[in-house]
Amino acid sequence: MNPILLAVIVVCSIGLLCAVVLVVASKFFGVEEDEKAGKIRECLPGANCGACGYAGCDGYAKALAEEDGIKTNLCIPGADAVAKQISEILGVEFEDVVEKIAVIHCYGDCNHTSKKMEYVGIQSCQAAKMLYGGDGKCGFGCIGLGDCVSVCPQNAICISDGIARIDTRKCVGCGLCEKKCPQKIITVMDDVERVLVTCNNTEKGAVVRQKCSNGCIGCKKCEKNCPVGAITVVDNLARIDYDKCINCEECAKNCPVGCILISDFSGLHRYVAADSETANV
Amino acid sequence: MMKSLLIILMTSVLVNNYVLSRFLGICPFLGVSKKLNQAVGMGTAVIFVMLLSTAVTWPIHTFILAKYDLEYMKTIVFILVIASLVQLVEIILKKYIPALHAALGIYLPLITTNCAVLGVTLNNINDSYNFIESMVNSFGVGLGFLLAMVLFAGVRSRLENANPPEAFKGLPITLVSASIVALSFTGFTGVVGGLFA
Repeated sequence: MNPILLAVIVVCSIGLLCAVVLVVASKFFGVEEDEKAGKIRECLPGANCGACGYAGCDGYAKALAEEDGIKTNLCIPGADAVAKQISEILGVEFEDVVEKIAVIHCYGDCNHTSKKMEYVGIQSCQAAKMLYGGDGKCGFGCIGLGDCVSVCPQNAICISDGIARIDTRKCVGCGLCEKKCPQKIITVMDDVERVLVTCNNTEKGAVVRQKCSNGCIGCKKCEKNCPVGAITVVDNLARIDYDKCINCEECAKNCPVGCILISDFSGLHRYVAADSETANV
Repeated sequence: MMKSLLIILMTSVLVNNYVLSRFLGICPFLGVSKKLNQAVGMGTAVIFVMLLSTAVTWPIHTFILAKYDLEYMKTIVFILVIASLVQLVEIILKKYIPALHAALGIYLPLITTNCAVLGVTLNNINDSYNFIESMVNSFGVGLGFLLAMVLFAGVRSRLENANPPEAFKGLPITLVSASIVALSFTGFTGVVGGLFA
């Protein structure tokens, strides 16, 4: 037989045999793959922020596809749109995503407090905190070296006047900054208008006063003025129970140091009497 | 008989180490050697596939290709057979041993086109080994691959902490250190002859 023809026939028949075996195998041994996981993964934003409580978007998609009863509204960056798509894929009822936002409990910028030393070490809050609790006079407040900025997947945090500020339009409330902040001054809350104690210092009032003009001195004036008893001063620091708070702004009006600010969708504001214009701080 | 098999085994593990002396299978060697557990996973998968593909390609060569004087087609036929074999094994593992499938994970399909696997099957033929010798040689080559991967994973974990000049960072310093590891393996030349003398 023609050697070329023979070679073609032999190689082709081996190839055909392999193909047949593979086809048969995939028919008989095939495992049905869950296509849902892939589809869900495509709807998720892919920021891998971990706000859902799973290891990244892949983990959440896999869990949703394989286990029953997992909420479809856990993706905070994706918000309602993503939750709707996931619910459609899984065929379950859609629930609203409670949108979250990060807030910073410190307003000790360079107009209110100052530094106790010139820090030239590693430019990270974590490192600076190890050296006498940071370079600021107040050991509780924002160090301002931007550990939160570096983890923010949305570029929603910037450092201005020496403290971190959150761009409420960009923040998706994933909570990575909350975990990263060595001072524990960032918390993630429901994205609603609220009053906010912008201080984290638990030292005595007189000490706080020397360090920062924005610091809570624990005078209990807000506690007395609150009509619903939502504020308590614990360890010289006012704390607001948001389950009770009715957002009447009485505390912000009466705070002698002005550390209770009004936080709304456009940022932080000091309380200003109703007849004058609201001034952005 | 036993002695010649041992010589083949030791030669393929140490002297003719596929990665470090023959430079086959360099991509997985550089790609998957970053972490020790990944290196071990890849190495084990390679041993498994090498044994399987030798068990299939040797009969194909002896009983089909040699019979019709088609030995010159062996490269193409072997690529074809090994690729489908790995796919088949993946399908079956997924069905019956999902744990092993998950453990081998991405490494199994990666090996489909690994030149070390193709190399060992071709060299078995070129060295005119019989079936048992071929299997022993494949096992040895796989073991040598695992050894090289594990050793190099150790080297790389130290490289992580080293601070090479900017231009050497990443792949360049990895290649340089790989060549030094390869250099050290030349020390095994002649060892096997002495071992079983």
